[in-house]
Amino acid sequence: MSATPALTVDKMHKSFGQLEVLRGVSLTANDGDVISILGSSGSGKSTFLRCINLLETPDEGVVTVAGETIKMRRRGDGRAEPADRRQVDRIRSELGMVFQSFNLWSHLTVLENLLEAPVHVQKRPRAECTEEARALLAKVGMSDRANYYPAHLSGGQQQRAAIARALAMRPKVMLFDEPTSALDPELVGEVLRVMRALAEEGRTMLVVTHEMSFARDVSTRVMFLHQGLVEAEGPPQELFSGSTSDRFRQFISKERG
Amino acid sequence: MDFDFITKTFVRLLAALPLTLSVWFLSVVLGGLIAAGVTWMRVSGLKPFELFARAYVLVFRGTPLLIQLFVVYYGLASLPAVRASIIWPFLRDAFNCAVLSLALCTAGYQTEIFRGALLAVPHGQVEAARACGMSRLLMFRRIIFPIALRHGLPAYSTEMISMVKSTALVSLVTLWDVMSIALKIRNDTLVTYLPLILAGAIYFVVNYIIGAGFLALERRLSPHLRPRPS
Repeated sequence: MSATPALTVDKMHKSFGQLEVLRGVSLTANDGDVISILGSSGSGKSTFLRCINLLETPDEGVVTVAGETIKMRRRGDGRAEPADRRQVDRIRSELGMVFQSFNLWSHLTVLENLLEAPVHVQKRPRAECTEEARALLAKVGMSDRANYYPAHLSGGQQQRAAIARALAMRPKVMLFDEPTSALDPELVGEVLRVMRALAEEGRTMLVVTHEMSFARDVSTRVMFLHQGLVEAEGPPQELFSGSTSDRFRQFISKERG
Repeated sequence: MDFDFITKTFVRLLAALPLTLSVWFLSVVLGGLIAAGVTWMRVSGLKPFELFARAYVLVFRGTPLLIQLFVVYYGLASLPAVRASIIWPFLRDAFNCAVLSLALCTAGYQTEIFRGALLAVPHGQVEAARACGMSRLLMFRRIIFPIALRHGLPAYSTEMISMVKSTALVSLVTLWDVMSIALKIRNDTLVTYLPLILAGAIYFVVNYIIGAGFLALERRLSPHLRPRPS
């Protein structure tokens, strides 16, 4: 394990108009950490994840990926914006993002989806990328669907392809934004199995989820957000066996119910 | 029925088809380029550009093409300033005026087609492109444009077909297109319907080919219209 954390976030704030969604959330992920981010809807957990790769621009806070800090500056009206678009683009390619609604590119086949960023963003040789992409598809159990278009796949297959697409960029950290929330219950398992396998490989992962079993059994740490603040945090064994936070205990009893 | 007359009329009409097709082709290509610029202004987020683009669409979509054609061909020519300017050698030619006014008009419609196609690109797919570090240009080239193209094709093929029919108006500014030949034969021979019906058939066949071409392109580009691989 290297000394530099894979990802740190320091005191992140984000408001949408009057609504303060994040009120100073910090996080450190070391290599191999699998951090589940829990919270009821409106707690800011998805916004937190989206602020890390700047799909939303945080108002305040410092994001550092493998030692490199994303440079921000203030605009004339006082709002924050990235100081260097190219740096943001580069750092984004080091963070693999998996979305709730898959967001595969509909005009490309599964294999082409996997090649798009490595070939055109990272400018790696196509032959090498193709070989790697096929290996990734095998890993997520999608080898026989390489030439299918997203429209011809089930939700679970699309999400597994989307995970492979994110892995194809050789990311330092994987970000999962409620990856199983849009799936039919019988398809959730196949996606969770892939995620569990990634965790066992030692991938660094941040997972916003409602899957309590994944948070409890797979993650190395759990972070519980409530109204834009970290309400409870720690190893899952400790938190789930009796957290000091009443809210967390209420939350998990509801999610189980 | 006089088959000899039918054949002769048909041959004369066909001889005018190249002019009709060149007016059509040049105006839709020039119009497409103008529309690309106006669409960019429309979605640029810059207020003055956006207002200009909206006004452009409003004017060229909101007034008859025939009036636009007459304004360009007769109206501009009546202005001494225009006749003294360097664009006069261009504008004194009826063909150029026809292409220009048809291009300006179709640009208004094409702008709206382009804008609609851009709006139809699913936000999530754009976000996925941003999330993997694509620059704006790369994202437009690799993701937004190909998806928008697929959304825009059906409306675009309608506009292309509509433009073929619009070229018939250039018969009113001294050009010998298919329509004006049909009118001339009608005047000269007093045969009322046959030249018009034959001309109509020629337009129909041209439009059938254009429509079929776009449909083939649409099928080629839209995997969800095809059966899944076995």
